[in-house]
Formats: sequence, C-alpha cells, structure tokens
Amino acid sequence: MQTHFTAEQLRDPGIASANQVLRTCVHCGFCTATCPTFVLLGDELDSPRGRIYLIKDMLESGRPATEEVVRHVDRCLSCLSCMTTCPSGVNYMHLVDHARTYIEQTYQRPWHDRALRAVLGLVLPRPALMRAALLGARLAKPFAGLLPKTGQLPLRLRALLRLAPASLPPASHLDRPQDHKPVGPRRGRVALLAGCAQTVLDPAINAATVRLLTRLGIEVVVAKGAGCCGALAHHMGKHDPAMDAARANIAAWCAEMDGGGLDAVIINTSGCGTTVKDYGYMFRNEAPDWADRAARVSAIAMDITEYLVRIGYTPTRAAPPLTVAYHAACSLQHGQKVTDAPKSLLRQAGFKVAEPAEGHLCCGSAGTYNMLQPEISSQLRARKLGNLHATGADLIAAGNIGCMTQLAGDTLPVVHTIELLDWMAGGPQPERLATLVTA
Amino acid sequence: MIEQPEPKTDVLAKRDAIVAGLRHLLPASGVIAEPLRLKPYETDGLSAYRQVPLAVVLPETTEQVAAVMAFCHAQGVRVVPRGAGTSLSGGALPMADAVVLGLMRMNRILDIDYADRCAVVQAGVTNIGITQAVAQRQFFYAPDPSSQLACMIGGNVNMNSGGAHCLRYGVTANNLLGLKIVTVEGEILDIGGAYLDAAGYDWLGLLTGSEGQLAIVTEVTVRILRSPEGARAMLAAFTSNEIAGACVDSIIASGIIPVALEFMDRPAIHACEAFAHAGYPLDAEAMLIIEVEGSTAEQDDLLARIRDICAQHAPISLEVAKTAEQSLAIWKGRKGAFGAVGRISPDYLCMDGTIPTSQLPAVLRRIGEMSASYGLQVANIFHAGDGNLHPLIMFDANSAESFHKAEAFGADILRLCVEVGGCLTGEHGVGVEKRDLMGVQFTEIELDQQRRVKSAFDPGWLLNANKVFPLTAALRA
Ligand SMILES: Cc1cc2nc3c(=O)[nH]c(=O)nc-3n(C[C@H](O)[C@H](O)[C@H](O)COP(=O)(O)OP(=O)(O)OC[C@H]3O[C@@H](n4cnc5c(N)ncnc54)[C@H](O)[C@@H]3O)c2cc1C
Ligand code: SF4
Ligand code: SF4
Repeated sequence: MQTHFTAEQLRDPGIASANQVLRTCVHCGFCTATCPTFVLLGDELDSPRGRIYLIKDMLESGRPATEEVVRHVDRCLSCLSCMTTCPSGVNYMHLVDHARTYIEQTYQRPWHDRALRAVLGLVLPRPALMRAALLGARLAKPFAGLLPKTGQLPLRLRALLRLAPASLPPASHLDRPQDHKPVGPRRGRVALLAGCAQTVLDPAINAATVRLLTRLGIEVVVAKGAGCCGALAHHMGKHDPAMDAARANIAAWCAEMDGGGLDAVIINTSGCGTTVKDYGYMFRNEAPDWADRAARVSAIAMDITEYLVRIGYTPTRAAPPLTVAYHAACSLQHGQKVTDAPKSLLRQAGFKVAEPAEGHLCCGSAGTYNMLQPEISSQLRARKLGNLHATGADLIAAGNIGCMTQLAGDTLPVVHTIELLDWMAGGPQPERLATLVTA
Repeated sequence: MIEQPEPKTDVLAKRDAIVAGLRHLLPASGVIAEPLRLKPYETDGLSAYRQVPLAVVLPETTEQVAAVMAFCHAQGVRVVPRGAGTSLSGGALPMADAVVLGLMRMNRILDIDYADRCAVVQAGVTNIGITQAVAQRQFFYAPDPSSQLACMIGGNVNMNSGGAHCLRYGVTANNLLGLKIVTVEGEILDIGGAYLDAAGYDWLGLLTGSEGQLAIVTEVTVRILRSPEGARAMLAAFTSNEIAGACVDSIIASGIIPVALEFMDRPAIHACEAFAHAGYPLDAEAMLIIEVEGSTAEQDDLLARIRDICAQHAPISLEVAKTAEQSLAIWKGRKGAFGAVGRISPDYLCMDGTIPTSQLPAVLRRIGEMSASYGLQVANIFHAGDGNLHPLIMFDANSAESFHKAEAFGADILRLCVEVGGCLTGEHGVGVEKRDLMGVQFTEIELDQQRRVKSAFDPGWLLNANKVFPLTAALRA
C-alpha cells in the first residue's frame, strides 16, 4: 500500500518500522473476516484493515491522536487473529503497539479512563497490591447492584467486580526466587517466568509446572529479579514501565544463562510468552548490549507445551474418560503460532480432545480488555462459552490465565493444560475437577 | 488518479442536512460522517484509487436499506454500495458527493432448506460463511473466489464472481435462485425464489454482475450442493510458462474437466510457499494445481489420465497430495496468492482478462516480453482451466512513474486478451479500473444500449455512477 511519510519522518526508527509494516499490507481485506470486533460490529473501522488505515493516516499526518482514532484502536483486542489470516505477512502487532504508544504520548484521555488505566498498570504487575485489591473487590461485590445501569465507568467497575474471584488461594512459596532441583539425574535447566497476576489468581499453575518439569529431570530456576513481563503496560501503550519490566527480566535471565546456563525460558501464560518472544524487537533500537541480550532471551523463550514436546512427555496413569475442550488462547495460537503442541500433549495424556467452532475468535479476555471494554468482551465471552458447550466436553483446558479467569464462573470447570498433564504424570488431581472425578 | 464524475454541488452544499437525515433513519453507530473516520472507506481491494465519500451508512435490515435509498433518491444523492470492499477493479470506490452504503452488518443466515438444497442469506454473509453453515450436513456453496474468506455474497452477485472450482460448478450466476433487492427509489422487490427458472424476463440474470448499478441486493437465495465423496489435488511442475500453458490446453482438449485447474509461475510459487508451506516445487518455472473429485476409484482413474497427459510435457515433477492437510495447504497457498505477493512487492495491480485456452502459451510469452520492456515484474496466477488470466503487475505505489507504467502495462495485457479473441474481464468486474477500456471491446452503439438498461432501473444515475461505462458528457458536467 502507498504511504506518505516525509524523509524527515522516516528518520524516526519507530515510523520507519511502521512504514515497513504498512508497505507490506496490500489492502486485500482477508483479515477483516476473522477479526472478532469486525464480526461483532460490522464496521470497516473496527477491522484490522480499517485500523491499519486509521493508524497510517494518524502517523502520516503527525497530528496528536484524536478520539475518533483512539476509539477504534482501543477496541482492538490485540488477539492477532489478523496476523494468522494475513497472506502478506503484515506485522499488525508491531504496528498497533507503536500506535498505542503514540496515543499514550499524544492523547489526553478522560480522567476516569486515565485513572482506571493507571490503577490497572500499577496493581496488576504487583502481586502484593493485586492481592489487596482483590480482597477489596470481594468486599465490594455485594454492592455491584448499586452502580448505575449505564455509562462507561459503572460498566467497567461492574466488570472488575465480576472478574474478582470469590476466594483467593494463599500465595505459593514455589514462586519465590530459587532453584527447584530435578528429581533424579539432571537432563536440563530452564528459567520459569513465575509471572505476576497469575501467582495471585492461580498458584496451582506454577506448582504443576515445577512438579512436572522436575519430575522429568529438569532443574527449574525462578530467577532473582525477574517479575512481570511488561505486557500489561506494553498493551496500554505505557512504553517506559514496559521497558523497565522487560529489562529486569532480561538482566535476570542473562545472568542465569551466563551462570548455571539455561536451555529455555519457560512461560506458562501465553500472553506473557508473546511479549517475551518479542523482547528482541522491543529492544532493537536500544544500546547494542541490551539489544543483543534481549534477542538472546527471545531466542530461547518457549511456551511450556512447546518445551514438553521437545523433551518428551509420557503419562504414568490411565486417564479418566473425560473430554477436554481445548480453548486456544489467542496469544498462543495467533501470537506464537503454537497450535498443535497443547492438543497433541493432551491426547498423549489420554484425554479426548474437542475443538470448539470459531476457535480462532478471542474469548474477550485480552489482558486488561475485559475491564476496559466490558461490552464487547462479554459478548465474546458468551459466544465462546456457547461454542465450548456445543462440543459436549466435560471441562475446558487453556494455556493462559487471562482466558481462564474470563471463562470461569460458568458450569464448565476451567483448568490450565499443564495441570492436566501433571495430573496424568504423577501429580495431584486439579482441585477444580473434584466434582467431575472422585479420585 | 482516475477521473470521477463531477460532484453535485447542491449535494455537497447540504451535506450536514443529509447526514442529519440519515441519522434519523439508522442507529447512531450506523452513520459515519467525521472526516477521519471516513478515510478507511475511501478505497477497496484496489487501493491505488481513492476518494473519501460524503458519508457511510451501515444499515442492519432491508427496511433500513429501503429507507436510506428512498431518502437519497428524494435528495438526489448518489449511492455506492459496498460489501467487504475486496473488489480488485475499484467497484466500491466512492465519489465525493456519494453515500457509501455498506452491507456488512447484514450478516445473518436466514434459512437453510436441505430438502430443496437452498439457503437464504443476507447480503453481508461471507462467501465461506455459507459453506461453513451447511458443512456439518456435508453440503457446500460452490463458487469459491480466492477472497471467499472475506468477500460477501452481495458483492459476489454484483460481480458475478468465480473461483478455482467454477470450472466444474459454474460461477455465481449458475448457483443463484433468488434475490431480495431494494430499488433506487427505495422499493423492496423479490426476484426468483427457491425454484429454478422463474416466470417472465430473466431479472436474476440481468442483476447478476450488474456491479451495484441497478439495485441494492439485501438477501440472496443460493443453491447448495452435496459435498463430493472426496477430492485430491495434484501439483505438476514445469520448466517454462509456455510448457505449462500447453499442458493446460492438452488437458482441456482431451475432454477431461478437472474440478480445478490453476496456474502459478515462479514468483507466485515462491511467495505462496512462504505463506502456506504447502510443499510447492520451488525449482519449477511454472506449476499447475489440478484437482479431481469423486470416489477414490474415480479420483485414481482421472489422476492417472491427467498424469499421462502431463507426462507428454516433460514435467519436472508430478505430485499428488498425500494427506488432507497437504490438500488444505495447497489451496491455502493458492487462495492467499494475491496477498502473498505482498511479501515480494509493496503493491500490485491484478489484471483479469479471459482468453481461449489454446492461446495460453502465446499470451504468456507476450506478457513475458511486455514485462521486460516495461521493466516491471509480473507474477502469473490464474484459473487456467477456463482461460481466466490474473497477471499481477508488481510496482511501487510510492513512485508515480512506477504506477503509471503499471497502468499502461495492464491496459496492454487487456487489449491483448481482446485481440486474441478473449474479453476484458473474467470475474473481477469492470469497476473503474477497466471502465475506459470498454470501448476496446464494445462499439458505442453496444455501450449505449447497455447504458439504457441502467437508465431503466436508475434514470438519475445515482447508483455507482462512476463505474463500468466511460464517463459521458452528462456525468462530467
Ligand atoms: C486477494 C483477492 C482475491 C480475489 N479473488 C477472486 C476470485 O478468485 N474470483 C473473483 O471472482 N473475484 C476475486 N476477487 C475480487 C472480489 O473479491 C470479488 O469481486 C467479490 O465478489 C467482491 O465482494 P465484496 O463483498 O468485497 O464486494 P465489494 O468489493 O464491496 O463490492 C463489489 C461490487 O459490488 C457492489 N456491491 C457489493 N455489495 C452489493 C450489494 N449488496 N448490492 C448491490 N451492489 C453491491 C459494489 O458496489 C461493487 O461494485 C478477489 C479479491 C481479492 C482482494
Ligand atoms: S488484533 Fe484481533 S481485534 Fe485487533 S485488529 Fe487484529 S483481529 Fe481484530
Ligand atoms: S490480510 Fe494482510 S494484506 Fe490483507 S488487508 Fe489485512 S493486513 Fe493487509
């Protein structure tokens, strides 16, 4: 597609990269059809091609972002379904990330929008704050009915309260920095991204990961200094906090690579995985030593299921006769193009695996999206649950805490893929399945 | 930039009143009028041509469409219908004084009748959406434009779209039973229905391929077919375009009609392989995708006969898809072909002419020569079985010179098609792109007769007036 940047504009490396992406797009429109917001809203402006065009126009003009453009960019889930569809190889992710930063820098949001974003940006990446906030939300839940029925702010607050779980598991000591030694002879050594929000919402995921890996002879390091991957800030266009979070992880993991050595950085929350795999790109214009280190980290970042396929997984007990509906998280299927590994592992574990119709469509979780865009998010949730129910499965497995929280609260129990794999290879039965199977 | 009809100054002058009137007729989100938000509607699949419209409306029901049309008619406002905006001939290109009427919100399947093998769907249902809705019961909707994932049935009807499998199943026109349309005055009419051969004039035939110039289509009744027992694709690789072209001619001449017979040359093979990972032969200069269907025995028999024919053209390799996944990947590559060319060139013009298959080798040679003399690369991708060429001329839209060369090269290709006994358009329609070449194919008398047909439906030339015909003095003034 034709672009209209001046030579001066193109000297900005951010614009130069955006120009590259825009030039790759041939405006064929294929991506519109698989975009969740276009499917729901039926407007070119809420399609990938329309957003690409809006962003192109905004960047070319050099104007500050305006409400008209922000509205449609905000509605984008960053699910990256458009990237799976695009025959041209357009890197929409890099374009929209750039646009979000541009918006954050040039656009003044209404006060309540700014406040909510600031709070989310502050709380979610910090487990202690998050725990406190969720306890508060639990206390506030009964009062949700008092909120006005319409208006963006009340809707968002209601969404926040809905997402707060009824009870919180205690924090797990496994998530603190340490070396989890392998059982038996050591076959490998990996770093685990313990994560932020996930350690509060569902510590069982990391517990299952550590148990399974150590049992398979893998030493699992929770590196000192590593924390939130930066994705939450990154997707809100908050460039500096995102880079700071990433830098801390890069430093921590590089120290491990140069020390005890690492075969992989393992991520079991695919939303974070997509970002860690993109560190190399995010740091491309930083000082060379940081760019190199970031690229080294990205090169060995792997989803837990990718790693299990690589080292080999065998169950040690017969699976109960359960059908698992596999929910493909967007960050895993579109962001990282990991599609077969989770399903084939679940089958290897002995489960029957069902795949819902419209598997390419997002469940509406999308990081903070379900709190910022509750209306679209809840429509996507209902659509996803409908498709999952139609498979006739007994439970849902997913590889991303965001999706798990979004799909929870329905009649179908939701667990992380790794919990099922650990269970069939000697681990305990996931608690949420207590009503399905009496051990 | 392409010449546009002169905008109506009175319409431009009452823009605000028109927008306010439209807002009365539709929900708030259904009227777009802010300049920044109109921008993405300025173009379609042919992004070299652009024009921001006066406004965009997104109705959700036939009644809303009728209300919009009645209003625009009363106000003398031009209307440009739009489906998914994948047209490659600029069919959905707006005018400065026109309202773009987008049908993408009308995306519901209304009725499926398996006993009578038909389905009633709204105009904004995607082509593949119809097949997806009936696939569970082993049915499908046959015409399969490469853009089928995104393009909408209303657009297909208006462009009379074809696709790889049309060699066997016919184009859109052969798979339609009825339409619900809204006239330019805002009246709702039903044409045809769930039966074959309606009484009276063949309105259905006339409206199919009318490029949004006669009426707005809001519902379509299509024929659905039972899926074949099975299908298999074969890849045949050759050392030159001409040899592959000759092989196509031999296959067609032998009387065998495969369900699909597609051609790709070297640049296309490489771009598509990078996208689809289908195992295309990267050492070939040209490749054919040949698909057969039926029972396993029927497939084996046909494939053996086709293999014998190919063997006479010194193929580099002949390979039958081993698994269903590989078949899928082969088609994914072919259907994503135009977009995949975006990997090797920032822009392309996709030509769409039709020639007698016996002329394939000669025409391919001429295109190669023109490519050398214009200094622009071409990727050849097309429905070879029915002689429908899609040479993709690669250029750089950021250079005006490159674009003008590409336009001239394209026009030369289309003239060549007419010269060898073919025609200007296979399936992408005339749109704005081929509008000014219509004189190459038709006499002025023939064109006037066609214009009179349009005038009978739309005396004020309000519907998609900038397309199909060279602009008349009346439109210029
Ligand atoms: C990558 C790519 C591959 C393609 N491959 C093929 C192919 O293999 N075969 C093929 O035939 N075409 C192909 N096309 C062209 C295009 O997809 C078809 O012309 C398609 O039918 C257009 O449908 P649409 O919904 O996008 O309509 P649009 O592009 O929005 O509109 C097409 C025309 O129809 C009119 N129109 C649309 N909807 C209505 C309606 N409801 N009522 C009245 N008028 C209406 C518009 O005014 C316009 O003139 C391809 C396009 C692309 C980008
Ligand atoms: S990332 Fe998802 S929501 Fe955003 S444009 Fe792409 S497909 Fe649509
Ligand atoms: S599919 Fe790719 S090339 Fe086509 S419009 Fe979308 S982003 Fe652009």
